[in-house]
This record gives sequence, structure tokens and C-alpha cells, in this order.
Amino acid sequence: MNVELFLFFLFALMAVGGALSLILQRHPIHSALSLIVVMVALAALYLLQGAEFIAAVQIIVYAGAIMVLFVFVIMLLNAGEEERTAASRMARVVGVPVGIFLTALLAWGISGGASSQAATEAVVKPYDTKQLAVLLFREYVFPFELTSILILIAILGAVVLAKRES
Amino acid sequence: MVPASYYLVLSAILFGLGVVGFVFKRNIITIFMSIELMLNAVNLAFVSFSRELGSLDGQVFVFFVIVVAAAEAAVGLAIILLIARNRQSLNVENVDLLKL
Repeated sequence: MNVELFLFFLFALMAVGGALSLILQRHPIHSALSLIVVMVALAALYLLQGAEFIAAVQIIVYAGAIMVLFVFVIMLLNAGEEERTAASRMARVVGVPVGIFLTALLAWGISGGASSQAATEAVVKPYDTKQLAVLLFREYVFPFELTSILILIAILGAVVLAKRES
Repeated sequence: MVPASYYLVLSAILFGLGVVGFVFKRNIITIFMSIELMLNAVNLAFVSFSRELGSLDGQVFVFFVIVVAAAEAAVGLAIILLIARNRQSLNVENVDLLKL
């Protein structure tokens, strides 16, 4: 077994374990910490695939900013354990088979698409962040600018929504 | 090299777990975290396809998805804050005014 495959299985197990823990934990803060484990594992998987910039952004923006925001809100609201109700038991009975079915369907469909592509395109070029920057600021410069407007609107929306009415 | 289909199956598993969490969690914050998990699974699929096809466009898409997720988290958490303030509860079953 080569090193890359070993690392893939290590981080894949870490990601799936974190995701399972996210669902099975009943306290939201435990779920949030599990989600951070998933995100770190995914960042390692991005590195394994040669996407250094995305791995760095994943750590900085997802694990750093978004999850801090989540933890902050959980602390602020003093969220406790979720209570079990009849509806949540029913959702479990329905949700688990539907989830397994959906996962199998997705895995079958998406990996089938990959293997048919692999036959035509076997060449893998090494990327670097410079190429990504050129692509982002030349070809995708208009969507990039649009996202800055989106962020601005999101900031305004968050301020307006969270403001206490006087 | 690890085949791209391994990554895609992992991405499908994570997405499925996100869907399951979305369906049967009752806490609104945890439901929101399940959505983030699904977005992450999609990002993994984008990066794998980007490597598989030898094109960087997938990574640019991941960048945009992360930006949109950040904006979504900011607005979504503000909404959660409002709901918690108005209803004194984080359980989604208490937020059912639109239900018949």
C-alpha cells in the first residue's frame, strides 16, 4: 500500500467519522467541533490532490471564520442539548434509509461519470496557485467582483437582522 | 495516484450524511451545520473533477462556493439569532407558522 493511498484512507476515515459524529452528537457544540474535524480532514485531502490554495482557504475561511461564527452563536444563545420528540424519531426511521439510498445513488452516479472521463483524459498536470490566480482574475474577474458585492450585501443583511429593535 | 472515483465516493458519503443530518436533526444550528457539510462534500467533488480533467476551473468554483458559504453563514446565523430571540427555542418544530 503506497503512502498516498494510506493518507487518503486516513483522512477519509477522519472525515466520515467527523460527519457521523456531527449527526450523532446531541449537543450543538460537539457537532460544531466534529464539523471542524471534517473540514481539517478535507483540507488535507485537497492538499493530497495538489490544490494548495483551496486547502489554505478551507482552513482559513471554513475552519477559521465560519466555524468560529458558529461556535460564537452557539455560545451566545447558550444552546443546550436537543430534545427528542415523536417527530424526530419518525424522521430517523425515514431519514436513515433515504440517506443510505441517496448516498448509494450519488456514489454510483458520480463515480461512473469519473471512470468514463478517465479513459479519455489520463494526463494530470501539476497546478500552482499562480495559474489559479491568473484564471480567477482574468477569465472569472466579473464573478469575482460580483462576490464582493454579495459579501457586502451579506454584511448589511446580518447587521440589519441581528440589530435589536428599539 | 489515488483514483478520482475514491474521492467522489467519499464526497457522496459526506453529502449523504449531510442530508441525513438535515432530515433528522431538530436543532436549527445543527441543521445549518449539515448544510455546510453538504457544501463541503460538493467542494471535494469539484476538486477531484478538477484534478481528473486537468482543468483549474473546478478550483475556481470551489473558491466561489466558499465565498457564498461565508455570506450564507453570516446571514443564516443572524436569522437563527432572531428566531432564538423571538421563540426562545432552537427547535425547528417550534417554528411552524407556515404549516397548515
